[in-house]
Amino acid sequence: MTTRIERHHYDVVVIGAGGAGLRAAIEARLAGKRTAIISKSLFGKAHTVMAEGGAAAAMGNVNSRDNWMVHFRDTMRGGKFLNNFRMAELHAKEAPERIWELETYGALFDRTKDGKISQRNFGGHEYPRLAHVGDRTGLELIRTLQQKIVSLQQEDFAETGSYDAKIKVFAETTITELLLDGDQVAGAFGYYRESGEFLLLEAPAVVLATGGVGRSYKVTSNSWEYTGDGHALALRAGATLINMEFLQFHPTGMVWPPSVKGILVTESVRGDGGVLRNSDGKRFMFDYVPDVFRKQYAETEEEADRWYDDPDNNRRPPELLPRDEVARAINNEVKEGRGTKAGGVFLDVSTRMPAERIVKRLPSMYHQFKELADVDITKQPMEVGPTCHYVMGGVEVDPDSAAASGRVTGLFAAGEVSGGMHGSNRLGGNSLSDLLVFGKRAGEHASAYVDALAKRPKVATADVEAALDVALAPLNRQSGENPYTLQQDLQAVMGDLVGIIRRAGELTDALKRLQELKLRVANVGAAGGRRYNPGWHLAIDLRNMLVVSECTAKAALEREESRGGHTREDFPGMNPQWRKVNLVCSLDKSGDVHLERKPLPKMRGELISLFDRTELSKYLTDDELIEFDALEAK
Amino acid sequence: MGTKRHFRVWRGDESGGDIQDYDVEVNDGEVVLDIIHRLQATQTPDLACRWNCKAGKCGSCSMEINGKPKLGCMTRMSTFEEDETVTITPLRTFPIIRDLVTDVTFNYEKARETPAFAPPAGVAPGQYRMKQVDVERSQEFRKCIECFLCQNTCHVVRDHEENKAAFSGPRYFIRAAELDMHPLDARTDRKDYAQAEQGLGFCNITKCCTEVCPEHIKITDNAIIPMKERVVDRRYDPLVWLGRKIFRRDQLDGSAHGDSMAPSTSVGVTGVAAGTPFSSARPSEAAPVRDDGRMDVAELALPQQGGPSPFGDDQELPLPPGEIVYNHPAPGKDDTGPKGDAH
Repeated sequence: MTTRIERHHYDVVVIGAGGAGLRAAIEARLAGKRTAIISKSLFGKAHTVMAEGGAAAAMGNVNSRDNWMVHFRDTMRGGKFLNNFRMAELHAKEAPERIWELETYGALFDRTKDGKISQRNFGGHEYPRLAHVGDRTGLELIRTLQQKIVSLQQEDFAETGSYDAKIKVFAETTITELLLDGDQVAGAFGYYRESGEFLLLEAPAVVLATGGVGRSYKVTSNSWEYTGDGHALALRAGATLINMEFLQFHPTGMVWPPSVKGILVTESVRGDGGVLRNSDGKRFMFDYVPDVFRKQYAETEEEADRWYDDPDNNRRPPELLPRDEVARAINNEVKEGRGTKAGGVFLDVSTRMPAERIVKRLPSMYHQFKELADVDITKQPMEVGPTCHYVMGGVEVDPDSAAASGRVTGLFAAGEVSGGMHGSNRLGGNSLSDLLVFGKRAGEHASAYVDALAKRPKVATADVEAALDVALAPLNRQSGENPYTLQQDLQAVMGDLVGIIRRAGELTDALKRLQELKLRVANVGAAGGRRYNPGWHLAIDLRNMLVVSECTAKAALEREESRGGHTREDFPGMNPQWRKVNLVCSLDKSGDVHLERKPLPKMRGELISLFDRTELSKYLTDDELIEFDALEAK
Repeated sequence: MGTKRHFRVWRGDESGGDIQDYDVEVNDGEVVLDIIHRLQATQTPDLACRWNCKAGKCGSCSMEINGKPKLGCMTRMSTFEEDETVTITPLRTFPIIRDLVTDVTFNYEKARETPAFAPPAGVAPGQYRMKQVDVERSQEFRKCIECFLCQNTCHVVRDHEENKAAFSGPRYFIRAAELDMHPLDARTDRKDYAQAEQGLGFCNITKCCTEVCPEHIKITDNAIIPMKERVVDRRYDPLVWLGRKIFRRDQLDGSAHGDSMAPSTSVGVTGVAAGTPFSSARPSEAAPVRDDGRMDVAELALPQQGGPSPFGDDQELPLPPGEIVYNHPAPGKDDTGPKGDAH
C-alpha cells in the first residue's frame, strides 16, 4: 500500500493563519519570498476574531501624555517583572506603527473627535490606549490582514497570471510534524482536513503562529484549534519552551447557560463602567486590592465612580485591576459561598448606564448575550467566572528576530505560541499588538534567514515515512480508545489539578495521571475514514495537548511562589529570587519533558530607571536594589 | 435534567448520502452545535461539522436547520417545541465534502476577484483622518463574519449553478459597498465594477440575504440598493446616454473592464493541437515500486506551472560571470576530448 503525498516547495512556511501568522506571511511575501500559510480552519476564522477589547499602542491620541515608556512600564508591571524586557520594549515602541499600517490595508477603527484612531481604557493600562472597533477589534484585525493578503495575491495575479504564485493559503490543513536536516528546519508534514490527503512542504524556514493551548482545559474561551500544536512541534524539533506554568484565566467568562460556558465577556464592560457584585449584592473588588497596586486604585465606590468622567483627579476602580487579580478574587468569592448557583458572580452594567449607551458601546456583547443566552444586559446582570483564556508561556525566542532558542535553526515563533513577552501575566489589549509587532519581525527575519542560507536543507524520506505512520496510526486502530473520552479526561486533570489555584500534592497527582493518559493516548483509535473525520483529527491533536500539559504541570510544580497566572496555595507570595528564574522545558531523547532553570535576561540601565524605587522594591532582591541605587547615583 | 430528543442529520459525501436518525440527550440552555458535539462524542465520532468559536463570531458552523440557513452555535434548543424533530442538513448552494461540511471555495474565489482597498496616494501611515460618522457606514459591513449564509440562501445561485461564474453574491456586494463608502478609498469605480463584473444586476432585492444574516447587517437596504441606485443614476443620465451614442462603449467603461480581476475565460487549444485532450484528462500513471515494496513517498505538485528548477532552489540564474568557468576546447591540447579522436 502506498500513500500519495503532495510535495510543495516554499521559502517560508507560516503555520497558523491568525493575526501573527498572517502578519508574518505578509512580511515574508513583501521580502520576495514564496510563502505558504497553513490554516487549521478556513481562511479568516482564526481565534484572533475572538479578541474584543482592542490593540494596545501608545499613540497618545486620547491622552497625549501616553508614550512607549509608559506602555513598557505597564507591560512589565502587568507581567510582574518576569517579562523579557527587550520584547516588552520592542512591543511598546513598535505597536503604534503596526496599528497605523493596518489603516493603509483598509482597517476602519473607531475615531476620536479630531478624526484620529480612538483609544479606550483597559485593565492595567495607565492611559486610554486600545485602538478598537466597538467590541469586535479582533475580527477587524483578521479581516484586514486577510484582505491585505488577497490584495497581494491580486498583484501577483496581474504579474504572473496566478493568484498563488507567491503566497498561497492552505485552508483546513494541519501540520503534524516538522522535518529537520540535522538541526536545520527542512520542511513540514501534514494533512488536508477536507480530503485526508497528506502534504509535504519543503522549506528552509518555518514560522510558528499556532496560538495557545486552552483546549486542554474544561472551561475555556478557546476554540478547538487551540491544542498547543506549535508548542509541541517546537519541542519535538529541539526548541525550548519558557513560562509554561503561566496561564491566564480571564476573570469574566460566561457561566450560564452551560452551552456557552467559558465564552468571554470583554474587559471593556468593566472599563466602561460595569461592576462586579457577589450574591449578597456587595461590590467586592475593594477587598482584593493587593499592596503593590494600592496607590493606583480607588478605596471607595464614590471615588471609583468619579474616575470614569475625571480620570486625572481620581484613582481607578478596582474592577480594572490586572486580570489575574480579578480572576482570583472571583474564585475566592465563589469558594467562600458568595457566588451564584452556576458558580460565578454578577457583572452588571444595566444599572450603570442607559440602555442605548450600552448597545452603542458594547454592541456585540449585547448581541451575543441576547442571542446565545437570551439575557438582556441592559436589563439584568451577567453571570461570570474565570475561564482559561491565554497561555503566557511558549516557544523561547530571540526578542529581536523571533528565532526559536534551543538547538534548531530556521524556526521562528510569534504571537501566543511564543513566550517571554508577557511574563507571568498579559495585559488585555497587548496580545493584538504583540502579534502584529512580532508577526512582522518573524516574517522579516525568516526571510533574512533564507537569504543567508548557502544551501537548502533536504528532507529525508525516512522522516516523511515516520510522520506518515504516526498520522495514520489512529485509523489503523479502529477499535482503539475514543479520542473524545480521552480529551475529556485530560481536561478534567488539567482543570481540576492544574487550574487557577494550585497545590503541590495535586500537581504531583496530575503528573502521575498525565503519564497514565500518555499510555492511553498511544492507543487512541479513530473510527471511519480519512475524509473530513473530526475524530481522527482530534486523535492526532491529543499527543500535542498531552506534552504541553506535561510542561505546564511540571513547571507549575517547580515554581514555588505565586505570580501572575500561577497561584500556589502553598506558596502564596511573590518571591524576588524566583523573579530571576525562567523555567525552560525541552524534550529529551525518550520524548519526556525535561525542565531546567535559566536566569532571566537583565534589564538595561536606562529601562530600569523608568521605574521608581518603591515600586521596584516589591519585585527585586536586595542585591538587585543595591545595584539599582548605584545606577541611580551616577 | 436532560431529555431525549429526536434528530435527523444528513450523512454522506459527494457521491451521495441520506438523512440518518439519532436520539440524543438535550440539556437546558443548549444550542444545536452542542447536540452535534454530543453526537460526535457519544455516537458517531466521525460526523463532520465545521466549528470554531462557538460564540457567533467566526461564522464556521453554518448549516440548514429544519431547512433554514443558520449558525449551529446560535440556534438555541429552546426555540423548538419539546417534541419537535430537528433536521440538520448541509448548505445547499455549495458542493458537499462530507456530512455537514461543504466546499465554500466559491466565496474565496469571489473575494479574490473583488478589487482590494486602494490606499490614498500621499497619505502617510498615521496621518489617516476620518470622522466617526463617515466610517460607520462601512463599519456595518465590516461586521460580516463570513458565515456565507447569505451566499447560500441567495436564489440567484442557490439552484442555479450556471449563475455562479458571473455572480459574486451578497457577501461581496457589501464588500464593494464598504469600499465605495470608505472615506479614503482611492478607487472611484466600485459601483460600475459591481455592475459590470460582480453581477449586481442579477439581484432583484428579495432581501433573503438580510433575513438570514446572523450579524443583522442590512445587506439589501444599506448596501445593495444604494449601489444599484447610483449605478442606475449613471446609466440613465442623459449626458451619459448621449456619450454612449457618440463613443464606443468600451472606451467609456474602459477603466472598469481593463482592471478586471476575473480569470481568463479562454477555452481549449487552437491550431494543430486543437482537439487533443488536456494533460489533466489523461489517465494518471502509477509511480514505480521500490525494492522494499513501497512507492517513493511523494509526487510533485507545485504552485506554479513548469515545476522546480532542475538546478535546485539555491541556484540563481543567470549565473554571476565570476562563477562561470568555461575552457574553450583546443584540439590537440585537450586530454578530456572524446577518445575516438585520439590517433
